[in-house]
Amino acid sequence: MNIVILGGTKGMGRALARRCVEHGDRVFLLGRSEVDLQRSAVDLDLRAGLGSAPDSTPRSCVARCDLEQPEGFAAALDAAQAHFAGAAIDAIVVTAGVFATQDELESDPARTERLLRVNFTNTVLFCEEARKRLLAQGGGTLCVFSSVAGDRARKPVVLYGASKAGLSAYLDGIDHKFHGQGLRVLCVRPGFVKTGMTAGLKPPPFAGEPTQVARDVRRALCGRDPRTVLYTPWIWQLVMGVIATLPRAVMRRINF
Amino acid sequence: MEAEERFAEDLAPLTSDVPLSRGLGRSYGDSSLPPQSRPVVANTTLADRLLAFDARTGILRAEAGISLLELNRLFLPHKFFVPVTPGTQFVTLGGMVASDVHGKNHHVSGCFGEHVLALRMRVGDGRIVDCSPEENHDLFYATLGGMGLTGHILEVSFRMSPIPSCWIYQESERVPHLDALLDGLSAAARDWPMTMAWIDCLTPGASMGRGILFRGRWAKANEAPSLLARPKLRLRVPFSLPSWIMQPFTVRAFNAVVYHSHIQQERRGLVSPEQFFYPLDAIRDWNRVYGSAGFTQHQSVLPHSAGRGAVRRYMELLTSLRAAGFLCVLKDCGEEGSGLLSFPRPGTSIALDLPLRPETQEHIDRLNEFVIREGGRIYLTKDALSRPEHVRAMEGRLSAFLAVRKAWDPQHRLRSAQSVRLFGDEP
Repeated sequence: MNIVILGGTKGMGRALARRCVEHGDRVFLLGRSEVDLQRSAVDLDLRAGLGSAPDSTPRSCVARCDLEQPEGFAAALDAAQAHFAGAAIDAIVVTAGVFATQDELESDPARTERLLRVNFTNTVLFCEEARKRLLAQGGGTLCVFSSVAGDRARKPVVLYGASKAGLSAYLDGIDHKFHGQGLRVLCVRPGFVKTGMTAGLKPPPFAGEPTQVARDVRRALCGRDPRTVLYTPWIWQLVMGVIATLPRAVMRRINF
Repeated sequence: MEAEERFAEDLAPLTSDVPLSRGLGRSYGDSSLPPQSRPVVANTTLADRLLAFDARTGILRAEAGISLLELNRLFLPHKFFVPVTPGTQFVTLGGMVASDVHGKNHHVSGCFGEHVLALRMRVGDGRIVDCSPEENHDLFYATLGGMGLTGHILEVSFRMSPIPSCWIYQESERVPHLDALLDGLSAAARDWPMTMAWIDCLTPGASMGRGILFRGRWAKANEAPSLLARPKLRLRVPFSLPSWIMQPFTVRAFNAVVYHSHIQQERRGLVSPEQFFYPLDAIRDWNRVYGSAGFTQHQSVLPHSAGRGAVRRYMELLTSLRAAGFLCVLKDCGEEGSGLLSFPRPGTSIALDLPLRPETQEHIDRLNEFVIREGGRIYLTKDALSRPEHVRAMEGRLSAFLAVRKAWDPQHRLRSAQSVRLFGDEP
């Protein structure tokens, strides 16, 4: 597969990029820092090429793309398409996003504005750019990391959850609208996963590892699975099933 | 102790303002815990990228947070292995340097540090510097086994070893008493690249020091399957067992069961590297068998100059203290490493678990006094309770180490709970 990943140098994106190259995929990384992107590209090339002669494996390539700068989205995706030189892009993946706790955001409106803009407005703008290109080449998968926090508002993640709820709704909508034209949408909703983003938070039961998420997501990207929403690790589908049906009175009682 | 642990993929900013780095936290003591006056530590485990690898020379450069588990997963299928491995895969590359780890092949390959070619570090004044035997060599040798006190290790270059297959040919033998065990170890060291012995350290009398002797080597390509061993199902100890389970009689029973379950006198055959090098990794959270009070370790090396009687006297002391836990491991060490505080030296290394109890401090003191008398030393990676005067008495190289540390970090910005306890740093 030919895969473009925005956010593939860190956390779950890093794990997914590694999983992909180790299974023979070609990866194009988008991210904020040129130096960081280059280091990750070398890491991916080494992992892909351990078993083969030097220089026989295709190189991972990179381009700058910052979710805070929507004016750069088109150029970044142009670079990715140029890299694959006319071959179709099988999937465009977005793992980038920002996180902050409710306490941090409530005392800082500027930070709140930035989080909502990056996680919702600009991610949607990026997806629009990606969607157009996937449709123009006849189809492909748009895989975007939302969150279980968008499924039900909880006290510690009201604003972050709202940004992800908006994103999930958008993904649901474009799946509905463009499915017939060959666009496949995969809305990934990770549960609590131990990454740099969640460092400092106390891991709840069922906390997952980035490698589990990477395995689930790549399997979904390869398969003909008709699902448009992927909970990962899988146990979070059950967990959220329970949380989504909790009556508000119970949520209030357990201070959830 | 309450402390903040910071995580980031990029070690340069992460380490700019913290007194200590830690990896996977498998040191048994307080060497990966920050000082109380500055309770914050950089966790390196998200910095796990490969930076360069040359299959012709085996030279690998990687970020310090990559785990040995991941290195094995990546390199074993391509017939490369770390030149030296400790007894668990749950360590980081940086931790392997800071502890200058040794393994079953110490008598032929020395410590991990002997295979390290260069390090990139953030030193006490905030600069990022490279060091190697050629460049900043004082910093380089002080960092091998330096317990993270000379600087934050950011990147490590070292030489991986090519291996003929992904399997180990192992022989194990039940040995009835200490003399036979020591004879067996030194005989095996002549012909085998990997040796160690598990020893029952609670049975007194004629059977004292009975145990199981392990010898191993990488299997040749024509005697091993080409396939990789399937990863074993990992059992998990689901909760901490009650502390009363650690009674002398349960421990003695456990030791007897292990000894007698080796039913044939001798076994031989192929085992996976996982089974051979990391038997305890198969049981996640195995430390929970020690209960919520936990346990510590004591590992010392008794020099050959002290003679074989020293190991016997050590066993007698242990038996009289009735202190030991489940595991006691014997290994004959080769030459001393070039790291200024590297642990092994020619002699017999003895590692044992000690369940934490009120009398454990007393036991550690008695064991350390014994080690000083016999001219040995202890392994700082395993140490939580030793007294500073004991460590000074057994560590003649300490002043050289402290001088290098002072040259690179005069204000002791880098320090740990262990350096506060042992080297008198600001708490």
